[in-house]
Amino acid sequence: MDAPVWITLALTLKVAGWATAINLVLGVAAGWLLARRRFIGRELVDAVLTLPLVLPPTVMGYYLLVVIGKRGWLGHWLQQSFGINLIFSWQGAVVAATIVAFPLVLKSARAAFESVDPQLEQAARVLGLNEWAVFFRVSVPMAWPGILAGTLLVFARSLGEFGATLMVAGSIPGRTQTLSIAVYEAVQAGQDDTANFLVAITSITCIAVLLAAGRLAPAGRAR
Amino acid sequence: MNLIRLRRCIGAALLTLVAPLAAHAADLTVSAAASLTNAFKELGPAFEAQNPGTTVVFNFAASDALLAQIAKGAPVDVFASADQDAMDRADAQKLLAAGSRRNFVGNTLVMIVPSDSALGLKTPADLQKAAVKRVAIGNPASVPVGRYTKASLEAATLWAAVEPKAVMAQSVRQALDYVARGEVEAGFVYATDAAIMKDKVKVVAIVPTTSAITYPIAAINAGPNPDAARKFIDFVLTPAAQAVLARYGFGRP
Repeated sequence: MDAPVWITLALTLKVAGWATAINLVLGVAAGWLLARRRFIGRELVDAVLTLPLVLPPTVMGYYLLVVIGKRGWLGHWLQQSFGINLIFSWQGAVVAATIVAFPLVLKSARAAFESVDPQLEQAARVLGLNEWAVFFRVSVPMAWPGILAGTLLVFARSLGEFGATLMVAGSIPGRTQTLSIAVYEAVQAGQDDTANFLVAITSITCIAVLLAAGRLAPAGRAR
Repeated sequence: MNLIRLRRCIGAALLTLVAPLAAHAADLTVSAAASLTNAFKELGPAFEAQNPGTTVVFNFAASDALLAQIAKGAPVDVFASADQDAMDRADAQKLLAAGSRRNFVGNTLVMIVPSDSALGLKTPADLQKAAVKRVAIGNPASVPVGRYTKASLEAATLWAAVEPKAVMAQSVRQALDYVARGEVEAGFVYATDAAIMKDKVKVVAIVPTTSAITYPIAAINAGPNPDAARKFIDFVLTPAAQAVLARYGFGRP
């Protein structure tokens, strides 16, 4: 009944990859908004968006279960309108990992954008660039090291996400059983050999990710 | 804050960390199968009343998970399992105190559906219908109720049809929760668990099992409190405790 390790690894990377991609877009957008735009309740919005980082994953899992489950308002609507059921699916695992890891890139992106000298952006505007160009050609490149650091944290967090994922996506081998859940199952069943193997694979994957990240943004490079 | 006050604050903080550790000399740690949660939580205070000075600490999970903890050296005094298989493995690993193993209750396996289910499922054979997309079953690798279910379905040559629809639960209570939330169309739990959530699930069939469901209980060899362990096992077998267990739907062993 267990899926081969490679399928579990591929599934874990798929879930973490999607969660990271979604969070990169959402986190950068939200981070820029909070850094560059003043509006009433800005800090409150920041606090609410940071909540998933502070709440225990099982609490997040419970909220998600209640909201996107068959009887939840969002889950019921998805079921009726599109026939989509997120519970016990890998898409549900992506939703859980995305929400839990979102504050990591939000915080990093906001801090990174705030550290970009606004005068540089003003200079770009004076030189004739429109707002999108200012964002993509000035703000983002200057904030990139901070954004990248946040993105790596998101990927690492999504790789290891366990509590919320288990509650929402369940533990279906080959479909929603990610590496961390597979390790938990193996230990529960007393299958130490399997657990050792899975832990080794997970560790090697994480080291590989860190090494790759080090090459993308070498620490201490003068800018 | 000057240095003296700082040192005093740190000292007080360290004391609060250490103090609770000293107060647990008379603890009795009982690792029990998830299905025993409600019944044992009622028996705990009753045992404490009869044995003043002893605090009963419960640890509920799937039997195999508890066994894994005990095998790795968790300081457990009593192990109550939901099937003989888990207890046999504990015995094979020489974890049990000699002569302490007893069967103390029995149970039945039932098929349940959400209380608002309109699919009209009456027997496990109905699970083959296309309208049934997911079925909650305890993971046979680590949950006794999953093993009983798999054996019964295999005996009825239904396992091949049901397995692809199975959502593996970590414990019988999680399987119950999946059905209560309506996330699955049907599930297999013990009769005692279905009774806990009478308002959210309904029992549609009693599933015959290939072997009678009897729960064994035993004292752990390396447990920190062997006297209290034996007393607890004797207590669970008294007519008063058996009456409490019967009230939750457990049968005689």
